[in-house]
Amino acid sequence: MTIRLNGDAYPVPGPLSVTELLARLDIDPRRVAVELNLAVVKKPAYDASLIKDGDEVEIVNFVGGG
Amino acid sequence: MSDLVIAGRTFRSRLIVGTGKYPSHAIMRAAHEASGTDMVTVAVRRVDITRKSESLLDYIDTSKIFLLANTAACYTAADAIRTAHLGREAGMSNWVKLEVIGDEQTLFPDNEGLLEATRVLVKDGFVVLPYTNDDPVMCRKLADAGAAAVMPLGAPIGSGLGIQNPNNIRIIREQAKVPVIVDAGVGTASDATVAMELGADGVLMNTAIAGAQDPVAMARAMRLAVEAGRIAYLAGRIPKKSYATASSPLQGVVGS
Repeated sequence: MTIRLNGDAYPVPGPLSVTELLARLDIDPRRVAVELNLAVVKKPAYDASLIKDGDEVEIVNFVGGG
Repeated sequence: MSDLVIAGRTFRSRLIVGTGKYPSHAIMRAAHEASGTDMVTVAVRRVDITRKSESLLDYIDTSKIFLLANTAACYTAADAIRTAHLGREAGMSNWVKLEVIGDEQTLFPDNEGLLEATRVLVKDGFVVLPYTNDDPVMCRKLADAGAAAVMPLGAPIGSGLGIQNPNNIRIIREQAKVPVIVDAGVGTASDATVAMELGADGVLMNTAIAGAQDPVAMARAMRLAVEAGRIAYLAGRIPKKSYATASSPLQGVVGS
C-alpha cells in the first residue's frame, strides 16, 4: 500500500501500526510526534493505531530554532 | 537576585537561549553551558526519513534545561495550533513559544492570529508564551487571553539592532500582570542589559549568540549582561538630569 509520509508518497507493506512504521524507519518513538490524518497520535496509542492505504502521516521532531 | 517564575515554574536564569544556527551541536552545548540558561527554544519540523542525522536532543541535558517548543514559520493561527500540539507530544510538555508570523521580510507577528491562537491553546491546556509586537495594548490583550508571559520583540528577529523602542518595553513591564520576556533583536551584551534595566523579567535570544564569531564567549557575556541589567534595575538608577551635580564636597577646597 502507499501512504503519504511527510508530504511524499511512501510505499509500505500494510496495514501497519504507528509503532511498526517507526521501527521500519529506525526512529526512536520517544523523540518524535506523529500525526495520522491530521490528528496527533498519543504515544500510548502507537501500538493500536493502524495506518491504512492512502493515510496521511506526519512525523516530526525537534530541531534547532529560536 | 530572585528567580524567574513563569506559570509556577522556577528558572534560575533569566536568559532563554535558542538552539538554531550554531556552527555545530558541540558549540551549541558549550554556549548553553556558558550562558547559564535553564530554558532553551526548539523548533518542530518533519523528520528527515531519507538519512539518519544526529539528534539535537543528544546535545541538550534535559535534566537541567527545560525545552520550549516554538511555532516558528507558522503564518496562520491554525498552523501554529497544529504545530503546538505536535510539539507537546514530541516533548511531553504543554509549554509553547507561540509565533504567528504576519510578514516574511520583517517576521513581525500577526496580532489577530496570535491572539486567536493564544485563546485556543490556553483552552487546550497549554502554557502559552506569545512572541508579540512591542505594543502595550497587544500585550495586555494577550495576558487577558491567558498568556503565561508576554514576549515583546526588541527588534526584528535576527536583526541585532538592539531595543528599538525602550519606552514601550518599560510601559509593557509597568502594565503587564505576567512576566515580560524581551524576545528577538538583541545584537550584543549591552542590548540585553538595556532590556533588563527597563524591567524585563528575562531575555530570549538565539542569533546574537549562535551567530557571534565566538558563540561560547558571547554566551558568557550575555549571562553577565542579563545579571548586570537585572541587578541595576533592582538597585534603582539615579534620575537623569541635564546639568552636573558635583560628587566631591564643595567645602574645604584648597586656596578658597
